[in-house]
Amino acid sequence: MSEPDLTCRELVELVTDYLEGALDSTTRRRVDEHLAGCPGCTAYLDEMRVTIRLTGTLTERDLGAPVRDSLLHAFRGWRRGVT
Amino acid sequence: MPTPPETTPAPAPRASAEDMQLVRRLRDGDESAFMELVDRYHRSLVRLARGYVSNQAVAEDVAQEAWVGVLRGIDRFEGRSSLRTWIYRILTNTAKTRAQREARSVPFASLGGDDEEGAVDADRFLPAGDEWAGHWMSFPDQWSGLPEQRLLGDETRRVIDEAIDRLPPNQAAVIRLRDVEGFGSAEVCDLLDISEANQRVLLHRARSKVRAALGRYLEEER
Repeated sequence: MSEPDLTCRELVELVTDYLEGALDSTTRRRVDEHLAGCPGCTAYLDEMRVTIRLTGTLTERDLGAPVRDSLLHAFRGWRRGVT
Repeated sequence: MPTPPETTPAPAPRASAEDMQLVRRLRDGDESAFMELVDRYHRSLVRLARGYVSNQAVAEDVAQEAWVGVLRGIDRFEGRSSLRTWIYRILTNTAKTRAQREARSVPFASLGGDDEEGAVDADRFLPAGDEWAGHWMSFPDQWSGLPEQRLLGDETRRVIDEAIDRLPPNQAAVIRLRDVEGFGSAEVCDLLDISEANQRVLLHRARSKVRAALGRYLEEER
């Protein structure tokens, strides 16, 4: 093996590129090899996946009435202009 | 066992049949079609605008102006992108024009994101000189063992939302577009005029900080 093993500290900086499929094949292999032998980084990667999944559950609050009214007003103005 | 990484970015999707249906209704002057879109996207547009202009009121104004742009341009919509991407594109163009007028024209990629700190606090790793320097001092927790109802509780969502609000504007915009709203990376790069590599850096910093905030919350009350 020519390349030194990745440290955990290096690995956590590669996690996003890894999940995005943006690593070159050599680096991806080094990450996979590290993960295979490191429960800490495996847990970290899992935390990252959970973070992404939970971030995807955020929902929008409803729009307030003043904002909706003002947009509706803009819409009606536009409609009068074109029809 | 690590799973293989996801494949490289798919090209941005074209307009769906549902998009084209909405477009037809808008062209016909259907108020409910417009309000459907407003309810879906307005808050998100304001937040995106906030990354370009100086305050909340201006951001709100930019979003309103973008909606007028959407209506004026709807006859020219051809469906080469999704309707959502097209609307967001009008917003970013409107916001950039406004930022120039405000003499606050800063390239999006450099908006408040020069933090060089690592994804994880340095003191979580063994220090230089140690035989295992750079490896975990103690392993991160396994969140997958936590009950779903705790993970998916309102409080968890509040922690995430607040963590995103504390990010520099460009990191916040990227994580919201990618992970909250589900845009693909190609679309986000196009919308924000940033490179794939730059987008990944912003996403990485954003996700790392949200993970850290989530960790502080989930691990404090065990």
